[in-house]
Amino acid sequence: MKKLLRLLKNYKKECVLAPLFKMLEALFELFVPLVMAAIIDTGVEYGDTPFIAKCAVLLVALGVIGLVCSLTAQYFSARAAVGFAAKIRHALFSHIQELSYSDLDGLGTSTMINRLTSDVNQVQNGVNLVLRLAMRSPFVVFGAMIMAFTVDVQGALTFVVVIPLLAIVVFGVMLATIPLFKKVQGKLDIVMRRTRENLTGVRVIRAFHQEEAQTEAFAEDTKGLLKAQVFTGRITALMNPLTVVIVNAGILALLWTGAVKVDGGILTAGAVIALVNYMSQILIELVKLANLIITVTKAWACGDRIQAVLDKSSSMPVENAPACVGDGTVTFENASLTYPNAAEQTLYPFSLTVKAGETVGIIGGTGSGKSSLVNLIPRLYDATSGRVVVNGTDVRKQDVKTLRDMIGIVPQHAALLKGTVRSNLLWGNPDANDEQLWNALEMAQAKEFVAEKDGGLDAPVSQGGKNFSGGQRQRLTIARALVRQPRILILDDASSALDYMTDAALRKAIAALTPRPTTFIVSQRTASLQNADKIVVLEDGEVVAVGVHKELLQTCDVYREIHLSQYPEEVTE
Amino acid sequence: MKKLPTADLRAVLRYIRPYTGHLILSVIFAFIMVYETLHVPSLIGDAIDLMLPEKTDFSAVMTILLEMVVYIVLSAVSQWLLSLCNNHIAYRVVQNMRKEAFDKLQKLPLGYLDKHPYGEVVSRIITDVDQFSDGLLMGFTQLLTGVMTIIGTLVFMFMMSPAVATVVVFVTPLSLFTAAFIAKRSYALFHKQAEVRGEQTAYIEEMIGQQKTTKAFGREQEAVAQFDEINRELETCSRKAVFFSSTTNPSTRFVNSLVYAGVGVFGAIAAINGRLSVGQLSCFLSYANQYTKPFNEISAVVTELQNSLACAARVLEFINEKPLPPDAADAVSLDDPQGHIVLSNVSFSYSPDRPLIQNVNLEVKPSQRIAIVGPTGCGKTTLINLLMRFYDVDDGNISIDGIDIRKLTTRSLRKGYGMVLQETWLKSGTIRENLAMGRPDASGDEIVAAAKAAHAHSFIRRLPNGYDTVIAEDGGGLSQGQKQLLCIARVMLCQPPMLILDEATSSIDTRTEIKIQKAFATLMKGRTTFIVAHRLSTILEADCILVMRDGNIIEQGTHKELLAANGFYTQLYNSQFAH
Repeated sequence: MKKLLRLLKNYKKECVLAPLFKMLEALFELFVPLVMAAIIDTGVEYGDTPFIAKCAVLLVALGVIGLVCSLTAQYFSARAAVGFAAKIRHALFSHIQELSYSDLDGLGTSTMINRLTSDVNQVQNGVNLVLRLAMRSPFVVFGAMIMAFTVDVQGALTFVVVIPLLAIVVFGVMLATIPLFKKVQGKLDIVMRRTRENLTGVRVIRAFHQEEAQTEAFAEDTKGLLKAQVFTGRITALMNPLTVVIVNAGILALLWTGAVKVDGGILTAGAVIALVNYMSQILIELVKLANLIITVTKAWACGDRIQAVLDKSSSMPVENAPACVGDGTVTFENASLTYPNAAEQTLYPFSLTVKAGETVGIIGGTGSGKSSLVNLIPRLYDATSGRVVVNGTDVRKQDVKTLRDMIGIVPQHAALLKGTVRSNLLWGNPDANDEQLWNALEMAQAKEFVAEKDGGLDAPVSQGGKNFSGGQRQRLTIARALVRQPRILILDDASSALDYMTDAALRKAIAALTPRPTTFIVSQRTASLQNADKIVVLEDGEVVAVGVHKELLQTCDVYREIHLSQYPEEVTE
Repeated sequence: MKKLPTADLRAVLRYIRPYTGHLILSVIFAFIMVYETLHVPSLIGDAIDLMLPEKTDFSAVMTILLEMVVYIVLSAVSQWLLSLCNNHIAYRVVQNMRKEAFDKLQKLPLGYLDKHPYGEVVSRIITDVDQFSDGLLMGFTQLLTGVMTIIGTLVFMFMMSPAVATVVVFVTPLSLFTAAFIAKRSYALFHKQAEVRGEQTAYIEEMIGQQKTTKAFGREQEAVAQFDEINRELETCSRKAVFFSSTTNPSTRFVNSLVYAGVGVFGAIAAINGRLSVGQLSCFLSYANQYTKPFNEISAVVTELQNSLACAARVLEFINEKPLPPDAADAVSLDDPQGHIVLSNVSFSYSPDRPLIQNVNLEVKPSQRIAIVGPTGCGKTTLINLLMRFYDVDDGNISIDGIDIRKLTTRSLRKGYGMVLQETWLKSGTIRENLAMGRPDASGDEIVAAAKAAHAHSFIRRLPNGYDTVIAEDGGGLSQGQKQLLCIARVMLCQPPMLILDEATSSIDTRTEIKIQKAFATLMKGRTTFIVAHRLSTILEADCILVMRDGNIIEQGTHKELLAANGFYTQLYNSQFAH
């Protein structure tokens, strides 16, 4: 949270002015008991009605000045808090953009969304309150003490005793509740997780008749939450009664010493009333402060959650490296990949050279490392050992943006963004014209259904592309990659939802491109790879064979098994 | 301001009723607290009146001070007890509400859950209940003490000086009026803020969900630019909303200072005329302070209460959803079914205006293997929903071994089926807990045997803690294929009499699939099995293939028969499987 506060520096002016005006307001409030004492000691004592009227005007004037100061303070603090929140959101969002794939794997989507939205809101509330109250409350407390000194030094000494006692209570309760509050949040997270789980798994839970067991478990969860809440509540509830007792004890002391002094003629009754009023003002401020502390505690915890993401420095820092262009040769030199925290290597060291324009098929079982292999090329992950060389230069030694601009990738999960067909395709190349877009659609076998849609290129796409079928979505993501006329094209199981004819037509269209991009096709279907220049066979992270279809059928057991599992009738041939 | 919805209020009271005892205690403590608190200023006034130069009655002052000590201690203690009572009520009401909501979740028809986004339901059970609890707690404490304080101070003030008290009563509506005026205007601004915030959240959801694509396409800068645009808009309208709403306090405080000045002046004049002592005036001033404070709070509390009732209404709406009818009283348990399943004249649709399954007839003999094929959206999964009684048929009936499934206990019916779905779902917990889900009493050996049969044993063994490895929410950390293997092992352990496999092996590579198929084949022997399939191998071995289209079974027969008929199946077969 502390580091987060640095973002406030853009609002230095507001952060100074808001508390300043708040303090001015408090200052004018502090004069009120003095005026009241004057009314009593002078006005009432001598029956001076005009003096009382003058004092009344003064009281109203103090009120007006207080109002103006306070509104000014609210304005500046709203500016600062809201602006600060906007800055945090920007910082967080931009930071997430810089994180690498492996960083993203470590974070969860839903917690990142939560941190960007509700956590930031909590921080905004916290800052807003702090700017308005954090300075005001101590100021009123100490101000009241100083004013008390001007009234009567000995009486004011009571304040000197009372204030530290109050500080101990307020901060003691605060320190005790911060960890308790975190615990409550943690318990709430558990309740939330159980609820989510029961929604996503409702069919399985019912199929396995687990309803009662789950209801019982949920009751256990909420019991835990209740216990934490009640305990925390018991502690926080102490704050107000304790402050009431301390402040009133102070008032008792004031009254007793006051009585002695009034008897001795040293002090007037009006002065005693003023002292008592100052003590009461302290109490009122403390009640406000107590509310502030709860909000701040929450905001602080949320700020820590945001900071945790910001502290996650990108494990793949973007250095200034020379841009490197070329024809699209790709070489793996003893490259291996182990994901952070993984027990085993995902890819065991392997070497492979792919010439420009070649088509490479990659095949293997579930979890054999196919996607991991192609993800190394655009440097979405860094090789754990060995190196990946594109266009003759190590990918780590070239400009990442240029590298990725040259590569068209179609991810395994075909997902589109809300917008239009055009806005989605322009992701591939923001400068593409209509002709280029249609060309890409045609190659991706998507021209027909896009043309049929109302609006054609401008047909709306809903979130995630839900208004298109799986196969259509896949073809649109392929078109998106083709729009950039890539030197290297990566199809990561991109045609799984396409029927054989479409898949074949797509591969043919890509092969006809001039210049032909270096193409990597990840697939589970041997049919998709039959014409590849090279096929890499992966098993459990190991490259077990490289060759062409016919060759592999003869020499590679794994490949043959895969093929026969898809074409059982060939067994007998 | 909007009126409080009384119907919801009544429903909420139903949750509070069990805590009537605590509620009464709470009112009593609030009364004691307010009474004692209000007494203190009058005692202070009395003490001050006794202070006279050289004529102070010290023993009388001491008596008053001792009296004050009693009052203060009583007030503090009752304040603490009041908080505890309210905590007790609020947290328990919330717990009960959550439990009821969760219980309802288990009893709702799937039709409801399928129609509502998960996020919405979670937000009702978690966020809304929380908001309600905050509002309830704050509302309870502050409204109760606030109203009592106002009434109490008025009574005290009128007892001391009706004239000055009247001044106070006349000025206060100003404060309320100001608060209402501001609240009305800030509502519109808050509404606008909520809209823009929603827009931003949607953008965040989409972009963060697609973060990897953004990176792969190098669109980071564009994403930030677009984000900043919405962010700036949000900043502008937030600033307005936050500022405007924050003017409430200073404004009402200003009105209060007018009240204070009024009391000071009129009280002083009354004091000059001898109708009020100096001590009483001081007491009056502190009442003026205490009296106006609750007005500020009450305007905040009313907004808070409105919000909290709105939240409660959302939760209650969920709790009051119509649950599935419980099993009929005469429902019988399905023990050891043979698996003779008959669908006669079954019709079903998710919404009345879009008919889906119409007049389907089908007889499945014990231990037959039925494959269901057809294009997306043809009703394959719906048929399975009906078999498992996740949904009830609209017309016609489904029977097992001659008994209508609606006359069976749902528990025994579902126990009869083993189900593996395309969407793999695992609960957070250990691998072992997940596998034993259907049979919590299974021995370790049985679990391992099931895992071996599902070809899951080898990868489980390689996990950090083997079978005791805890898998995170949504099975995070495991690949899609591994999750599916676990789901299969889960069913293998149950050895159910009937099987439903809804694209059960779609995420598994073809080689592993063949191995699992073998395991399934053993399992399927002698068991009636429904397979929603998309791979040729599974279909070829089926005893009967149902070809579905637009909710109807249009063709039915073995692979060879259907190919010979040269109908829709042939077309489907050629486009999907031929090469």
